[in-house]
Amino acid sequence: MSKREVRLMQGNEACAEAALYAGVKFFAGYPITPATEIMEILSRKLPQVGGVFLQMEDEISSMAAVIGASIGGLKSLTATSGPGFTLKQENIGYAAMVEIPCVIVDVQRGGPSTGLPTLPAQMDVMQARWGTHGDHPIVVLCPSTVYEYYTLTVQAVNFAEMLRTPVIVLSDAIVGHLREKVVLPELGELKIVNRKMTTVAPKDFLPYKADEDGVPPFVNYGTGYRYHITSNNHDEGGFPATNNHQIADSLLRRLHDKVEKRRSEIVITEEIMTEDADVIIFAYGCTARSAYSAVEEARKKGMKVGLIKALTLWPFPFEVLLKYSKQAKHVIVPEMNLGQLAGEVERTLKDCPVKVTRLNRIDGRMITPEQIVSTISEVI
Amino acid sequence: MATHVSEYLRLDKMPHIWCPGCGTGIILGAVVRAIAKLGYKRDDVVVVTGIGCSSRTNAIIDFNTFQTTHGRALSFATGFKMARPEMKVIVITGDGDGSGIGGNHLIHTARRNIDITTILVNNGIYGMTGGQYSPLTPRGCIASTAATGTMEPCFDMCELVKAAGATYVARGTAYHATMLEQLIAKALEHHGFSFVEGIAQCPIGFGRRNNQKTPVDMLNWQKDHAITIAAAAKASPEELAGKFLIGEFVNKEAPEFSDVYWEASRKAQQKVKEAR
Repeated sequence: MSKREVRLMQGNEACAEAALYAGVKFFAGYPITPATEIMEILSRKLPQVGGVFLQMEDEISSMAAVIGASIGGLKSLTATSGPGFTLKQENIGYAAMVEIPCVIVDVQRGGPSTGLPTLPAQMDVMQARWGTHGDHPIVVLCPSTVYEYYTLTVQAVNFAEMLRTPVIVLSDAIVGHLREKVVLPELGELKIVNRKMTTVAPKDFLPYKADEDGVPPFVNYGTGYRYHITSNNHDEGGFPATNNHQIADSLLRRLHDKVEKRRSEIVITEEIMTEDADVIIFAYGCTARSAYSAVEEARKKGMKVGLIKALTLWPFPFEVLLKYSKQAKHVIVPEMNLGQLAGEVERTLKDCPVKVTRLNRIDGRMITPEQIVSTISEVI
Repeated sequence: MATHVSEYLRLDKMPHIWCPGCGTGIILGAVVRAIAKLGYKRDDVVVVTGIGCSSRTNAIIDFNTFQTTHGRALSFATGFKMARPEMKVIVITGDGDGSGIGGNHLIHTARRNIDITTILVNNGIYGMTGGQYSPLTPRGCIASTAATGTMEPCFDMCELVKAAGATYVARGTAYHATMLEQLIAKALEHHGFSFVEGIAQCPIGFGRRNNQKTPVDMLNWQKDHAITIAAAAKASPEELAGKFLIGEFVNKEAPEFSDVYWEASRKAQQKVKEAR
């Protein structure tokens, strides 16, 4: 008998429940619509499981506390929206540089600045990639359904722990506030990853000496391993090496390589009705919902249209696009911004005989299936 | 004593980055001697810093140490302390780091009364970036961004954190190093948010622009202008003119944040168990 629980759930609720499922024991945040439900739920549930919930004085300190708790050994997560995401960026870069796992949920709303409080948008795609300064790696996952919001939040925690890097869950006001039926996974059904711990003795321990996979094993403070963490360029011992060009080069390359090495695990996409498709819709997040309806509608009309749904936005899933570069004649990229991911699609297909068409909407309303069907008709 | 202190230092990470005559090392010496005297195990102590000259202290002391972003050490430390309540958490910050960019976190951490000891090294200037005025530079002093003297008044940090709810507040100076060590020891033993301001000299960033040509001049200035709280109580207004107070301003008990949190968590867990 399956013990799976069936619930009508809001997206943000699924995210909070998934965080607990993944073993998150620390949340720090600051109220912001449309993300606040995540902190409200965790404020009740984390104390019940011996975890920590903190409402901090601002977005910056929330991000700092999350990293501090993760240095303390707890799986840690925070949630925010565009303006708050911007404030967190410096500390996200810190986490990337010092390789401390953490998850940041950004429930996107229209911007720039306070913009459209709090109508949906997909305008943080590039902020998620390049929001913090410096040439850093990042993993960004993007759900289009409440169930995906659940599974991708679990994945985000897993990836963060596996890679020792910040991972972004990039949802939006639609998916965040949507209520859908969800069949919750049983305990043990989804894989849970914990950070790799060191096996060497304190005298031999170097906190930033990476294994073959590019990831250095972690060790908790207070266990006989005293070490230093700094976001300055640092050697394997963890101490500043700001005048060493060779170390600067190899550290930054390793940070990128450890993510690239795990591409096949991290890059998640779905191909729907693409086998014979002449036209591919490349969509993500709430827009993938409209794209799915549009594909069904177009198929009824006899048009050979398929959908590639990107669940991982960064690293950008170019492989799946190249797979269809000979088969498809057109790729349509609908998104609620002025082409933030379309640029990557164009870059991927620039030498292929495929025409890329952008479909953009930035007025705080969803792109409708009708709009997509109409664009399909235009390109065919 | 010297041998004793060196046990707590990462001697292989010397030399430090500070200029000759800098007061930060004297404040750090007081911190390390206080820890040594209290007999804390090096493994049980975590020292968190931000950015600035004073924040480079923790690379050369042999505890669990992490240097964070500018102004945010207390927020990182708050997350860490909640994750690892059994550890002794110390934040070392400066006047720019702690009262400027990190001022908001300082007052809120004081308000929460979480069990973290903060040492604020106040040299009245942004030293690492070359001598710009900070929120603690006295009005009228010359800085690289105030050629004719600062036009802004400065904070009294002890009064500020006292008003914000800190349960232990004290001030010492690099000149009164032994007294400073005693104040820091009391702060470390205090259960709740404790704050010690250590007045330090910055001969390069501050002194040479402000008629205090040598580190000794600056230490003498501290000696001549500091007055203990006890002595000030008996002094006339004329004797107090231009002086600043040193000693213990606040030492009181109040519910400590993580105690309150874990008690609430224990009840919440009990309630869930009973509901099953």
